[in-house]
Amino acid sequence: MNVIEAQRLGKCYGASWALRECTLAIPAGHMAALVGPNGAGKTTLLNLAVGLAVPTGGIVTVLGGWPAGSPTALDGIAFVAQDTPLYKNLSAADMLHMTRNLNRRFDDAYAKARLGELGIPLQRRAGKMSGGQQAQLALTLALARHPRLLVLDEPMAMLDPLARHDFMATVMTAMADDGVSVLLSTHVLAELERVADYLVLLSSGSVQVAGEVDDLLARHRVLTGPATEAGSCAERLNVVHARRGETQAHLLVRTCGVTDPVPQGWEAHPVSLEELTLAYLREPSAAVLPGPTRAAVVEPAGVPR
Amino acid sequence: MGWVTWRQHRLALAGIAALFGVASTYLLITGLQMYRDYAAVTACSPATSDICHRVANDFLTTYVRGVGITLALLQTIPALIGAFVGGPLLAREFETGTFRYAWTQGFGRTRWLVAKLTPLAIAVTVAAGAFSLLVSWYIDPVIGAGDNDGRLYPTVFDLSGVALAAWTLAAFAIGVLAGVLIRRVIPAMFATLAAWGGLAFVAGMFLRPHYAAPLVTTDPSIPTGALVMNQGWFTGGQPASLDMINHTLGAVDVRAITPGLFQPGPATPANLGDPVQYLIRHGYTQLTTYQPPGRFWPFQWIEGGWLLALSLLLIAMTVWLVRRRAT
Repeated sequence: MNVIEAQRLGKCYGASWALRECTLAIPAGHMAALVGPNGAGKTTLLNLAVGLAVPTGGIVTVLGGWPAGSPTALDGIAFVAQDTPLYKNLSAADMLHMTRNLNRRFDDAYAKARLGELGIPLQRRAGKMSGGQQAQLALTLALARHPRLLVLDEPMAMLDPLARHDFMATVMTAMADDGVSVLLSTHVLAELERVADYLVLLSSGSVQVAGEVDDLLARHRVLTGPATEAGSCAERLNVVHARRGETQAHLLVRTCGVTDPVPQGWEAHPVSLEELTLAYLREPSAAVLPGPTRAAVVEPAGVPR
Repeated sequence: MGWVTWRQHRLALAGIAALFGVASTYLLITGLQMYRDYAAVTACSPATSDICHRVANDFLTTYVRGVGITLALLQTIPALIGAFVGGPLLAREFETGTFRYAWTQGFGRTRWLVAKLTPLAIAVTVAAGAFSLLVSWYIDPVIGAGDNDGRLYPTVFDLSGVALAAWTLAAFAIGVLAGVLIRRVIPAMFATLAAWGGLAFVAGMFLRPHYAAPLVTTDPSIPTGALVMNQGWFTGGQPASLDMINHTLGAVDVRAITPGLFQPGPATPANLGDPVQYLIRHGYTQLTTYQPPGRFWPFQWIEGGWLLALSLLLIAMTVWLVRRRAT
């Protein structure tokens, strides 16, 4: 099942297109990282997926074909928006009560246990909590709904490194215990190296890279060699991005098969997710997209219900 | 979901309670004092004698001004409720971004919105309705003592009967719609005050006098408490100008400052009587267009009816806009 499927999805605000012709199919059971520079359209894509916005063009379906924003979709997706919006004058206990009243499924015991472990007092008002505590509260409320898909929009922007670590640990545990799929948009790629297993790179409103992380890393490598030979080498290989110094050049190369021979005088290194992402961000015309996705039978996305 | 609404809006609801509480306390204190003095008016018998008329007039002179000012201040209540309860309801969700939480919960936006609007709408309407009973009790003595501005007078009419509850509900509906259109709290509140004020003015000045075809009479004495829409002098089938009236009255040295206000001069005969009767004896007719005081309740139901319909329409528009509003 694909947790999110977009076909030629587009969203236009006034005269400018925030998203253009996005085609995606994110499979279930993964931690998908949505990466891109500011203004790339990450928040727009997430808003379309959770039903907060209506597409200008194309279709987006979730949880195996349900229209975004439909009751089934709302039930199965938990969303934590950027800046973790909470009602500032309500206490944590009030927020639990409210979320329980707004959802069919809510695990009160789990939520209280989590908040206890984190040391967040139930009577403290959300406005008086630190940024990290607010983020953890929002995440707890989302996970206590036992959703099938957890969508997080730059959740760690306001968190210090320790808080970020705790946050990701919570998410990973939920994935392992509950089988929740996660879609997470972020700038902080280094921390996702170890945990993300699906990558979507958005640049200027279109999908530049989409695929399983293992797959992507296996299909790229960095070749280091003399700068003088860089040009001739580039002609024979599928170079994504070249970095030239005085004497040395580093080429990020897409390999067709794992047994491609390394040119004479060059060394091959595996590439990290961060290097891969940065290279593609610097080369907007390069793209890695998965093969044709299985077409699903969907209803056109209409008014969110 | 009712719990959610009370918890979130407890500040606004406390504000309304305080507003009504303060106003009610004031009305009770001054009203009880008024009733003590009014007892003397009702005890006076026979009611049509000159002495009793004088007692009633003394009572009116003492209290009419204070009551008038109080009623004018109370006019603001529906507008304040609409602005402070209705305006921020949706506008604050947009301003703080909490709609991104509320609209992605399992039960969806429509159910969330209806569950928010219903208890608040009922609460403000019922509170206003109860308060208008107190207002009616408060103005009873002044009306009973024979004030010329009766229950149909604009500031009295929209605080009694069902009108106050209906205007409060309309203000709430205007506030909620302003909130979803403007999406910022303070501008939404100002827009609510302006829109409600405009509507109340237009309704009071232009709509209400025409709820039923007014009565026209040549009798200069019209029932106490009628709402006079128009009053003019006619002679020979044509409207009489002030100059013509003054020309006729010049014979008895009375000057007409306005068609209803006469000033006797030094040469006025002592047994002239009412200048109005003098004019009638000399071929003038006074035509008065008015609404009789007995039409108070029919007008209340008409006004309550269209305000209720308008409120429901505005709330329906709000729900529709929330359903289709994209980020």
